[in-house]
Amino acid sequence: MSRALISSGGDRRDRDQQGAGVDMSTDLAGVVLPSAVLTASGCAAAGRELDAFMDITQLGAVVTKSIMLKPRSGRATPRMSETPSGMLNSIGLQGPGIDSFIENDLAWLAQRGARTIVSIAGETVDEYARLAAKLRNIGGFEALEVNISCPNVADRGQVFACRSESAAQVIQAVRRGSDSRMPIFAKLSPDVTDIVEIADSVIRAGATGVSLINTLLGMVIDTRTMRPALAGVTGGLSGPAVRPVAVRCVWQVRQAFPNIPIIGMGGIRSGHDALEFLLAGANAVSVGTAVFNDPGAPARIHHELAGLLSDRGIAQLGEVISYAHRPEVDLGVSPLEPGSGFEDWDFISE
Amino acid sequence: MPEQVMSEVLDNRRVGDYHVLSLTAPGIAETARPGHFVTLAMGGEESSMVLRRAFAIHQIASRGVYGGTLDIAVAVQGLGTKWLAERRRHDVVSLVGPLGQPFSLPKQGVSCVLVGGGYGSAPLFMLAQDLRDRGCRVDMVIGASTEAKLFGVLELKRLASSLTITTDDGSAGVRGRVTDALGEAIDRAATDVVYACGPMPMLAEVARISTKRRVFSQCAVEESMACGIGVCMTCVLPVVGDDGVTRMVRSCIDGPVFRGDRVRWQDIGTIPSDAVGAPDQEVVR
Repeated sequence: MSRALISSGGDRRDRDQQGAGVDMSTDLAGVVLPSAVLTASGCAAAGRELDAFMDITQLGAVVTKSIMLKPRSGRATPRMSETPSGMLNSIGLQGPGIDSFIENDLAWLAQRGARTIVSIAGETVDEYARLAAKLRNIGGFEALEVNISCPNVADRGQVFACRSESAAQVIQAVRRGSDSRMPIFAKLSPDVTDIVEIADSVIRAGATGVSLINTLLGMVIDTRTMRPALAGVTGGLSGPAVRPVAVRCVWQVRQAFPNIPIIGMGGIRSGHDALEFLLAGANAVSVGTAVFNDPGAPARIHHELAGLLSDRGIAQLGEVISYAHRPEVDLGVSPLEPGSGFEDWDFISE
Repeated sequence: MPEQVMSEVLDNRRVGDYHVLSLTAPGIAETARPGHFVTLAMGGEESSMVLRRAFAIHQIASRGVYGGTLDIAVAVQGLGTKWLAERRRHDVVSLVGPLGQPFSLPKQGVSCVLVGGGYGSAPLFMLAQDLRDRGCRVDMVIGASTEAKLFGVLELKRLASSLTITTDDGSAGVRGRVTDALGEAIDRAATDVVYACGPMPMLAEVARISTKRRVFSQCAVEESMACGIGVCMTCVLPVVGDDGVTRMVRSCIDGPVFRGDRVRWQDIGTIPSDAVGAPDQEVVR
């Protein structure tokens, strides 16, 4: 069975070749990324550690862990609890602060040649504005992701993405503080009654696009200690368990806004999962919790996705974006059946 | 530089209450040093257990056709470790390593006491061998709650100048805890350095006893980790740096081995108010 080892390497090579002809690039708010697969904020630090497991310059972009104005220690431990097909975390945005981030992390990413999307987080609208101002003339990154949906704050009232008005205020402040050409993605929370309403408010406030979704607020109680498992009591739920919620959010927002750029994330662990998000309407996908299970996951998912697109006769990744939204045409054949290539569908639907 | 490989299980044997798994580890075993750890994914590709489990490297070997191999000691504590303990010869598991900062070894042939609690003694085998190769005196104190939870007593006897065994219930060795026997072991061997691996309360006490006697200590901590590679920030603990400033550092990247006198043992599980980036007092809830 040492054969299993040999064949696993062999599979990878086959997969690489299989998807080799597919153009995996995607246009994200005018920025062309060579791959639609990105890391997810908070699950890749600032890229350096993951570079040992894959070539991070091959990714669409590294989305960095949300950075705040000042150094921050985060919440007390325990910060993590494994849940069925997922995990609960309450890190509380531990990080070095924007100045150190720009000087060390962003500089390293630029020097390494990686494309970067910088995620920012603040406690007040003013803090977001100051972060945008600090980053304004720095360069070295492709877009801003504005984390207005971190559930690990002391006051739930501070989750800006839970209300249209507060979400819009933050985005407006970041928009004003940034270069007008800088793409701004608002990262939204699924813990709302109507995510389309929140998306609408941030787009009106100047967001170029949206990132869907942040973690869901959850809780685990340890039946041994008979206390909450996390020191912070509640935490953010992520991993494959939340994937259907995320796909639903992408679908709903895409349906309401046919043309805005969407970065989809939430439990993506395979090329199939990534394809599901693209079909729902995401222009790019972020891989988060899967990295904890498989540090090379983003690169693996890129290759798996290329293979799946190739299998379906698709030459350019953009062709599948929002494809699940197409009108139903009952032709009695599935596009996956042999003899029915993707090109045929284009032809028929015309 | 850590490697990620699909590893073949070569052997799975019972040692007391534990399982010792031998794994192929090409590119990992060759660079592993005492105190390094590895992580394994639990339950296969579509597993509902999404987090890897961390294990200290117990032994490394070079086995002909397999190249580098390593052993880990597994205690069944939940569904993940239960699954792992059920792996048989030829099963394949995802292995990442070597990870973390290993024990620092003295340049001179000094006198060392190695302290292990439960299967915390597992990484001390390689360490004892390396220390002896450097001409160090090695004394050992190992303990557990009961005899079946002691790990590797026979082989440790061979590696150490003296071996003190303690059990909470007195089923083997001296009734009591390793920390009850440590002070005497330090005095007897005129110890220069204490190395320890085991549960957090044991390490806190080992560090306290060592520091009080002005003996340098190195402790391999056991914090729960999600990623093991430095990206998730779950395994942090308060540690005082060379500059005297306390930071919440990652035990996977900056540890698992820390200087005993630098870890703020009493503050683990909290954010000390003087730590870098600690919340402002009015925000604390």
